[in-house]
Amino acid sequence: MSNSDKAQEKKKFAGVFLDEISKSPLTVTILAIFSGLVLGGLLVAVTSEDVYAAVRVSFGETLRVAWDAAWRTYKALFIGSVGDPARIMAAFQSGDAEAIRRAVNPFFESLVQSTPYIFAGLAVALGFRVGLFNIGAEGQLFIGATTTVVVALFLKGLPAIIHVPLALLAGFIGGGFWGFIPGWLKAKTGGHEVINTIMMNYIAFRLSEFLLRGPLKNPEGYSPITAEIQDSAKLWRFFESPIRFHIGFFIALFCAYLVYLLLFKTTWGFTLRTVGSNPHAARYAGMNIVKSTVVAMFLSGGLAGLAGANEVLGVNHNLAVAFSSGYGFDSIALALLGKSHPLGVVLAAILFGFLRNGAIQMQLTAGIPIDIISVLQAAILAFIAAPAIIRTIYRLKEPEMDLDTITLRGWGGN
Amino acid sequence: MSPILELRGITKRFPGVLANDHIDLTLEQGEIHALLGENGAGKTTLMNILYGLYSPDEGEIFVRGEKIEVRSPSDSIKAGVGMVHQHFMLVPVFTVTENVMLGDEITRMGGFLNRRAAAERIRAISDQYHLEVNPDAYVRDLPVGVQQRVEIIKLLYREADILILDEPTAVLTPQEVDELFTIMRSLVEHGKSIIFITHKLREVLEFADRITVIRGGKVVGATTPQEADQNQLAAMMVGRAVDLHLEKAPAQPQDVVLQVEDLVVLDDAEQVAVNQVSFEVRAGEILGVAGVQGNGQTELVRALTGLTNPVSGRVTLLGQDITTASPREITELGSAHIPEDRQRDGLVLTATVADNFVLNTYYRPPFARGVWLQEEKVLETAEEIIEKFDVRTPSALIPVGSLSGGNQQKVIVGREFSRPIKFLVASQPTRGLDVGSIEYIHHRLIEKRDDGCAVLLVSTELDEIMELSDRIAVMYRGKMIAIVDAAQTTKEEVGLLMAGVVAQSGG
Amino acid sequence: MAETVANNHLTYVSPTRQRVMGVVFLGIGVVLWFLFARDVAPDALTTYRLTPGGSAQELPNWVFPTLPMLNFLIIFSIGLGAYQLVRGFGKRTNLVLGLVTAFFIFGFLSWATSGGSLNLAGLFRSALVKAVPLTIGALSGVLCERSGVVNIAIEGMMLTGAFVGAFVGSVTNLWIGLFAAVLSGGVLAAVLAVLSIKYKSDQIIAGTVINIFATGITSFLSAKFLQKYQYLNDPGRFPTIKIPVLADIPFVGPILFQHNMFVYALYFFLIALTVGLYYTRWGLRTRSVGEHPKAADTLGINVYRTRYISVILGGFMAGFGGAYFTLGSVGRFDEVMTAGRGFIGLAAMIFGNWNPIGSFGAGLLFGFFDALSAKVAILKVPIPSEIMLMFPYLATMIALAGVVGRGQMPAADGQPYEKE
Repeated sequence: MSNSDKAQEKKKFAGVFLDEISKSPLTVTILAIFSGLVLGGLLVAVTSEDVYAAVRVSFGETLRVAWDAAWRTYKALFIGSVGDPARIMAAFQSGDAEAIRRAVNPFFESLVQSTPYIFAGLAVALGFRVGLFNIGAEGQLFIGATTTVVVALFLKGLPAIIHVPLALLAGFIGGGFWGFIPGWLKAKTGGHEVINTIMMNYIAFRLSEFLLRGPLKNPEGYSPITAEIQDSAKLWRFFESPIRFHIGFFIALFCAYLVYLLLFKTTWGFTLRTVGSNPHAARYAGMNIVKSTVVAMFLSGGLAGLAGANEVLGVNHNLAVAFSSGYGFDSIALALLGKSHPLGVVLAAILFGFLRNGAIQMQLTAGIPIDIISVLQAAILAFIAAPAIIRTIYRLKEPEMDLDTITLRGWGGN
Repeated sequence: MSPILELRGITKRFPGVLANDHIDLTLEQGEIHALLGENGAGKTTLMNILYGLYSPDEGEIFVRGEKIEVRSPSDSIKAGVGMVHQHFMLVPVFTVTENVMLGDEITRMGGFLNRRAAAERIRAISDQYHLEVNPDAYVRDLPVGVQQRVEIIKLLYREADILILDEPTAVLTPQEVDELFTIMRSLVEHGKSIIFITHKLREVLEFADRITVIRGGKVVGATTPQEADQNQLAAMMVGRAVDLHLEKAPAQPQDVVLQVEDLVVLDDAEQVAVNQVSFEVRAGEILGVAGVQGNGQTELVRALTGLTNPVSGRVTLLGQDITTASPREITELGSAHIPEDRQRDGLVLTATVADNFVLNTYYRPPFARGVWLQEEKVLETAEEIIEKFDVRTPSALIPVGSLSGGNQQKVIVGREFSRPIKFLVASQPTRGLDVGSIEYIHHRLIEKRDDGCAVLLVSTELDEIMELSDRIAVMYRGKMIAIVDAAQTTKEEVGLLMAGVVAQSGG
Repeated sequence: MAETVANNHLTYVSPTRQRVMGVVFLGIGVVLWFLFARDVAPDALTTYRLTPGGSAQELPNWVFPTLPMLNFLIIFSIGLGAYQLVRGFGKRTNLVLGLVTAFFIFGFLSWATSGGSLNLAGLFRSALVKAVPLTIGALSGVLCERSGVVNIAIEGMMLTGAFVGAFVGSVTNLWIGLFAAVLSGGVLAAVLAVLSIKYKSDQIIAGTVINIFATGITSFLSAKFLQKYQYLNDPGRFPTIKIPVLADIPFVGPILFQHNMFVYALYFFLIALTVGLYYTRWGLRTRSVGEHPKAADTLGINVYRTRYISVILGGFMAGFGGAYFTLGSVGRFDEVMTAGRGFIGLAAMIFGNWNPIGSFGAGLLFGFFDALSAKVAILKVPIPSEIMLMFPYLATMIALAGVVGRGQMPAADGQPYEKE
C-alpha cells in the first residue's frame, strides 16, 4: 500500500469519525453549552463600563479590556464553583482541617446546589417522557417544602431514622398531590397541563405566602419564615462547617437511578413511554391513559416536592417565602439539556449547580449580577430547542430520525 | 390549437424516492382527463407540482402554449389552475362565503370585507353550474358532498379553467358520485377542462375522455375508455397481469364468536353514529361491512374493540359479555384489531420495530417477568416476526416510522397474527397500500379465516368487500340496513344498499 | 378520519351539563344563605359610596338594608337553578351563569359591607386599572394564537417592555421610552417567531426560553446599572387625562374616563382588534392560518409571513403592556415587577375564549378580585388577601376543565406548519 493510499485511508477514517461526531446529538449539546458561555462572555463585555472607557483609547484596547472582563468573570465563576487550586494546595500543605474545609467548600457547595436541580430536573424529564409538560415544578416544590416543614417542625421526639424518611415522604406526597391535580384534570377533562400547572404555581405561591404569614410563621419572629426544624429531621451532613454537603445528593442520585429503572426497564415504563409518544396507539393497545397520566404527574410532582423537601431538610432548615428562586423553572431547561434521560439530567443538574454556585462568587468578586446565569441558561435552552441553529453555525450534518424525540403538543393536543 | 395545459419532463425527487420521472401530460380544452395509478405511483405529487405546492427538480409547464413558472399556489391560481384536494382544504369554523373568498377577498376601502358581494357572487356561480349551497352556512355543519361543492365553487370563484380533482369520489356515496360526474360534465360544457385523479378503474372507464396511466413515477401508457378494458388498465397500473379474482375455498362457518345485539354508539360529538345494530360473526367466516365512509363503521369498530363504551346494546365475544370491557380485556380474550388509521392508532412511530411488536403483550410473560421487561426476549421475538411476515427493515431496532407504508402495515399484521387469536377486526386493512401489499394482506386474511378465526372486515372499497367476504353487511346512516350472502349478491345490489336503497323484494 | 355526514344523525343531547349547571345555580343560592344571610343582623344596612376618591362630582350614597337584598338574591338564584333543572336555558346557560356569579359576588360584598360602607366606584375604577396590563397581555396572546403560535412568553415580553420603557424613558422622554418598550417586545417576539416558525421548536419551550431570558437580562441589567445610577430609573409617568364631557357622566365617568393614556389605548386596541380580526381581509387570513394553515396555503396565503406578522404584532402589544408597569403605574423598574401578570393575561385570553372582548371581560373579572383583595383588609372580613388573589388561577382552571363549555381555541394553535 502506497503512502498516498494510507493517507487516503486515514483521511477516510477520520472522515467517518468526524461524520459520526457531527451527527451525534451529544455534539449539539456540548456546542450549545459552549455557545451559551460565549454569549454570556459577550454580554459581560458589552455591559462592562471599563470596556466603554477603553473604546475612547483604541479598538485594540477595547478588545483587550473586553476579553479581560469576560476572562475575569469566568475565572471567578470557576473558582467560585470548584475552588481556587492554589488555595486548596496551600490548605492541604498547612494540614489545618478547617482551612482545608474552607478551601474545598466551593466544590461541595456546588453539589449542594445541584441536588434540588437533580430532583426537579427528573420531575420535568419524567413528565416529558410521558408527553406531559410540567411547568409546575416550582409550585410542586413549594408545596413539597411546605408539607415537609410541617412534619419536620411539629413532629417531635422521633428518632432521625424515622423522622427524616417521614419528612421526605411528606414532601413527596405534597408535591405529588400538586402534580396530581393537573394530571387528573388533563386525563378527565382535557384541560391542558401547561396552563393548569402555571396556574397551580401561582396558587402554591399564594398559599405558601398565606401559611408563612399565618399558621406556620415562627411565633418569635416578624418575618414570614418558619422556626428551625427539629434536629431529628435534618439530613445528615458529611463534614463540619462550613461544608453543607449532605446526604440529599446521594438520595437524588438514587432517585435518578430509580427513575431510569422505572422508565426503561419495567413494563410500567413501557406503558408510560408509549402513552407519551402516541396516546392513541397506547389506548388501542389497551393501556390506561388516564391512570398513566395521573400517575406520571403524581410522580413528577413528587420528585419536585422532594427538591423542596431537600432544601428544607438539608440546607435551610426552615421555610421562607420565595426560598426557591427558580429551581423549578430552571429544571425545564436542564431536563431538555439532559434529553430527558435520568443520566443526562444528573449531568445537566451538576452543570447548573456549578454555574449557580459559581455565579454567587462571581457576583462578589467580579461584580457580575448572578442573573447572568439565567441568560446563559436561556441561550443554551434556545440552542437545544432549535438544534438547527447550532448545526448551521458549526456546519454539522443532519442526524437520522431520532429515537429520543420528545413529542409535545399544543394546547389542543389530546 | 395548442392544448390548454402541457407538462413536459416533470421530475421530482424526494430523499430516496424518484416520485416523478420525466412525466409528460397534455390536457385538451374541454376534456375530462383521468390520471390513473395505484397508491404511491406519483399522481398527487405531480398535481401538487402543477399547483405550486412542490417545486419540480426538472421540467416545464405550459398553459395555453405559454410557459409558466409555478412557485406557489398563487402562481397557479393566476394561470387559471385550481385543485380540489383529497382532504378538503376548508376551515370548519368559517362560513361558506368566508372559505370561498379567503385569499381573494372582495373588500371595501381599507381592507374591510364585503361579505355580501362575495355571497352574491357565490350564488351566481351556484346557479350557473347547479351547485346548490347556502353561502351563509358554516362549513362544519355541511355534509361531505356539499363540502366538495364548496371546494369546486372555490375554484370557479377564482375563474379557474383547469380543474384538478384528487380522488374526489373516495368520500362520496354512489349517488353523490353520480351527481359529481353530472357537475363535471356541466363544467366541461361551460368550457372548463378537468384532470381527475383516481385509482378506481370503473370510474375511469365510465367518465373519462382520455386516460393516462402512471406507475412508479413514470407515464406507462395513454388510452381512451373505448380502447381499454378493466384488465388491461389494471395490468398497466400494476405492471404485470393482475388476477383481479382471489382464489379461496368456500367458508366453513362454525360456532358464533361475536354476537352484537341492538348496539347504539355515539361519536365524538355525542351524536348517534351506530343505531340499533345487531349481527353475528362465526368462526371460519369473513363478514364484510360495506358502506361509505362516515356511516358509523368507525364507531362500530371502536365499540367492538373497547375504545368507546356503547350507550346501549350488548356485545358478546366467545360467550363473554364485553359490552363495557376495556381494550386489554378484549385483547386477552383472543381478539385482534388492525386499526383504520395505522399511524395514529396502530403504531408508535418513534418507537422501535421491536417495541411495536409487543405493544399489546409487553406486560405478560415471556416479555415481562414481574414488572421487569425482558429485552432479549422482545428482540428475539421481533426477529422471528420480521422473518415470518417478510417485514423489510434493516433492523428490529430502528424506528418503525422510517419504514414504508406497506411494511408498517406488515408490522401490525405480524403483531396481531403472531398471537393465538379467535376474532379479528380488520378496518380498512389495505388503505393507501400498493397492489403487492394489498394481495399479501388479502391472502393473510383468508388464511386466518381458514384457520377458524372469525373475521370482521370493514372497508369502504366495495371491490375488497366483494372479493373477501363470505357475508356482507351494509351500513347506512348508522344502521345495518342489510346482511346478504356474498355468493348470492352482486356489486350493483351492494352499491345500491350503500346508497340506502333497500330492495323491496320478498317483503 | 371520522368524517361525519352531518344530517345523518339522530340528535342526542347530553343532559349532564344542564343538570350540573342547575345544581350550581341552586348551590350558589344555598351558599349565599348559609354563609351570608344567616350571619346578618336583621336591621343591618349596607352603604355603597358611588364617588371615587379625588373626584369632583358628588353622588349620594347607595344605602339599603342588607338582609332583604340577600334574600332577593337567594330567591332569584334558586329560581334560576330550578328553571335550569326543569327546562334549561340552552344556549343562554353561560349568560345565566355569569348573572348568578355576579349575584354571588354582590351578595358577598353586601354582607361584608353590612354595618359599614364601601366605595363601590373606587372598587370598579381600581378593577379597571388592574385589568389594563392583564388585558393587554391577553390581547398579545390573542394576536399570536389566532395565527396558530402559542405565546406563553407574554410575561417575559412584558417584563422586558417594563425595563426598556423605564430605562429609555429615563434617558430620553416618556414617548420614546414607550416606543422602545413596544419595540423590545417585538424583538423578543421575533425570537419566538423564528424559533417556532422557522426552526419549528416546541412553542412552549421557545416561550420558556424567552421567559427565562427576560427575567435574567432585566435583573442583570437592573442590578448592574439601574440600581447603581438611580437617574437611569426615573422615567416619570404618563399624566391622567380627563376626557371632557364623558368624564362628567355620573358614576360611570370617573370610573372609565379619568385615566392615563394606557387605559384609552386599551379601549382603542379592543375595538381595533375586534374589527380587525372579524371584519377585515387581514383578520380573515390571520384566523385561517390559525385554523387550517394548509387550506390557507393552497389559496396562496403565505402562512409563514402571516404568522411572523401576527407574532411580532403580539410582541409589540406585550411590550406596550409592559411599559404600563413602569410608565403608567409605578414610575420605576423593579426586578421581576410583572410578578406573573403576563401569565394571568394568558389565563384571561383562555377564559375570554381567544377573543378580544372576552379577554377584556376576563381581565376585568380578574382585576376586580385583585382590587377586592386590597379592600378586604379594610372590610375586616376573615378572608386573607392571598386567598382572594388565587381567584384568577382557580377560575381559569375551572374554565379550562370545560365547566363553562368548550372553548373556541384556534384549531392549529401550537402546531408548526410544515410545507411538504
